[in-house]
Amino acid sequence: MKNRIGVYICHCGSNISDYVDVEHVRELAEKVEGVILAKTTMFACADSTQKEMIEDIKSEKLDALVVASCSPKLHLETFRNVALRAGLNPFNYIQVNIREQVSWAHSDKPQEATIKALKLVYASIATVKHSKALKPIKIPSVNTVVVVGAGVAGMRAAIDLADMGSYVYIIEKEHFVGGRVSQWDNLFTTGETGREVISNIYNKIMAYENIKLFTGAQIVSKAGSVGDFNIKVEIKPRYFKPGAKVDPDKLEEVIQACPVEVEDDFNFNLTKRKAIYRNYPSEFPEIPAIDADHCTKCGICEEKCNDVDFSMKAETIEINAGAVLVSTGFDPYEPNKGEFGYAENDFVISLQQMKRLIELSPGELVFKDRKIKKIAYIYCVGSRQSEGPNKYCSRYCCTSAIYTALLLKEKYQGIKNIHLNRGIRTYGKQELLYNEASEKGDVFLQFDEGTPPKVSAENGQIKIKAEDILTAGREIEFSVDLVVLVTGMVPRKDNSIANIFKVPIGRDKFFNEIHPKLRPVETVIDGILISGACQGPKNIPESTNSALSAAAKANTLISKGDIEIEPKLAEIDEASCEWCDKCQVVCPYNAILKKDVNGKMVAEVNKANCKGCGMCLPVCESNSIQLIGYTDIEIESFIDTLAMD
Amino acid sequence: MDKGNNSGVKILVFSTEKISDPAIDLAGLLKMHYPPVVYTMIVPCSSAIKPRWIMHAFEKGFDGVFIAADGTDCPFSEKCTENTSEIVAQTHTIMKEKGMDAARLKMAAICSVCAEPFVKHMNTFVNYFSN
Repeated sequence: MKNRIGVYICHCGSNISDYVDVEHVRELAEKVEGVILAKTTMFACADSTQKEMIEDIKSEKLDALVVASCSPKLHLETFRNVALRAGLNPFNYIQVNIREQVSWAHSDKPQEATIKALKLVYASIATVKHSKALKPIKIPSVNTVVVVGAGVAGMRAAIDLADMGSYVYIIEKEHFVGGRVSQWDNLFTTGETGREVISNIYNKIMAYENIKLFTGAQIVSKAGSVGDFNIKVEIKPRYFKPGAKVDPDKLEEVIQACPVEVEDDFNFNLTKRKAIYRNYPSEFPEIPAIDADHCTKCGICEEKCNDVDFSMKAETIEINAGAVLVSTGFDPYEPNKGEFGYAENDFVISLQQMKRLIELSPGELVFKDRKIKKIAYIYCVGSRQSEGPNKYCSRYCCTSAIYTALLLKEKYQGIKNIHLNRGIRTYGKQELLYNEASEKGDVFLQFDEGTPPKVSAENGQIKIKAEDILTAGREIEFSVDLVVLVTGMVPRKDNSIANIFKVPIGRDKFFNEIHPKLRPVETVIDGILISGACQGPKNIPESTNSALSAAAKANTLISKGDIEIEPKLAEIDEASCEWCDKCQVVCPYNAILKKDVNGKMVAEVNKANCKGCGMCLPVCESNSIQLIGYTDIEIESFIDTLAMD
Repeated sequence: MDKGNNSGVKILVFSTEKISDPAIDLAGLLKMHYPPVVYTMIVPCSSAIKPRWIMHAFEKGFDGVFIAADGTDCPFSEKCTENTSEIVAQTHTIMKEKGMDAARLKMAAICSVCAEPFVKHMNTFVNYFSN
């Protein structure tokens, strides 16, 4: 039994100590039998604290460690490594979660939160006394990664993973790659178009033998765990023969002949498209697709083009992968009907529609037969809502709106831009754009959230009334040709991937990483990583950086061929075991064998097969099975201590 | 020691390391409040809970035990729900023999993002004993 225990209670800045009286917990923990020292610390995870712990373990000859701080999902390994560096077995350490499950969950009741924290610390001290020194065990892992989403983040991650030697499957729901970036024309800061960015990455991907891309494909189920996921993917028929090379003129003729017309998502419903389509010439893969959801299979295209093949069927494939990287991107916020006149007034559009409109208007800027000269931009539509669900700032929209306004001035004659904003957030180099727009005569008015601009239609004109807080709330009224609502990013409407992989969702409804700074691309599900705008608003460089980070993390996890897992195996007490086969029947891994010990048949654990699930524990009538780390004495000591008044 | 506002009610939750405990963490992260008399104990899988642990908790003074089960998300076995239900049934039999209220032991599948259902379960469960 351990009797030289060190206890550390973390303030976590003020995340814990604002609600838990950590000093009170320390004072009482120090008095527990077997506790040699108890300290509070501002940040237990800080390098300086880790060094201090190592010195304490060595100088005080500690034989066990308890750290009361955040969730073990965040720092279990940090403090196990502290123990290891100090010569203490990492499994003689327990982390008590007094942040997520105490201070944050009970921030409304600080006194009770302190009592709960204290009890959990007491219980962990009682448990760690019975802890054993263990060695981790290893399980094989497949060096294959499934990347979900062929946008800029997913494709960039795939390249890095392939370079590091992993086999990569990219699963893209749409028939074409590129995600949102392919919808943008010129991009700040390089001036490259979104298509050029995507073309470059796509061409690189095609050169890799260890990257396999599936478009029109959707993940339908996942089984297994880190190192050994089994993923089922359903691939929709494209109804064009694989490798088809359709002459562009011929294709145009076929597209024109298609009688089905639907709203064109690619152009944010500014235009219509046919059921047979490609979003732009030379879009990748360079084979057109037929939208199975809308196609009536009238057969006109099949008659005109030999490459159309309606006999193609959906197919399901299975992939065995060690890790999954989710890069499913974002949706632009769609304003509600009537929000600043959206969907009620023809001349109120979103920023994303404006960007497509520029590309669709080569000569002059004409929208619904009106020549557009004077444009008002209303910022933060659907963002930074103190009352609504989107409390966050999408961070990219200020830059995007100003860049779009400058492009308009560059491309068309006589454009006047008026920016109605809530404070411009063009951070970093993007500030240069703001200066340039100001120098070129764009007008910036600032409004308060409580007094948003009013948009109304009068005699075919759009009138805007706004209170400019930069001129002491002066009311300004003017008319414009077009209103652009500067909208931010929201999570994808189709959230099925989160259900399949059980990716946690945060307060902003985007996918949630374990920690934004310490573990920014990992989720609480081992082997499931996230990157890009699916985890929160990001611009292209930020998305790419997070994708590279996720690729590196996935590679570290699975490339060694095996993964270290907890050495928490079942153990049989041969003396009390009376072979009954119930443990063997319930074990999903064939880890229980029958063996003869001096004429008595007993159970034996095959350590190579045991996954430490513990399913054999409750079925054993003679209670002859213990799971390391969850033995009766550990569990019951924990319960006893929690139950004490 | 002060028992707080829930008149000495004590609830023990068996949560699972990979599935339901992340949901309980998420509830905290989202600052979703539930009674502070709820104490969590992590196990690898809800099918690993011994009835004797549950009975031990009752004997030591816990009013209720809640199994935040893996359900169909269990990373170990498709039979997890069935196995966990069997553990609950066995324990209910023991409780019945001892004349205990079967409602003191509850089980519900809590997936890794089920923060809101967890909080609802806890509020309802604590209210059952408080009333």
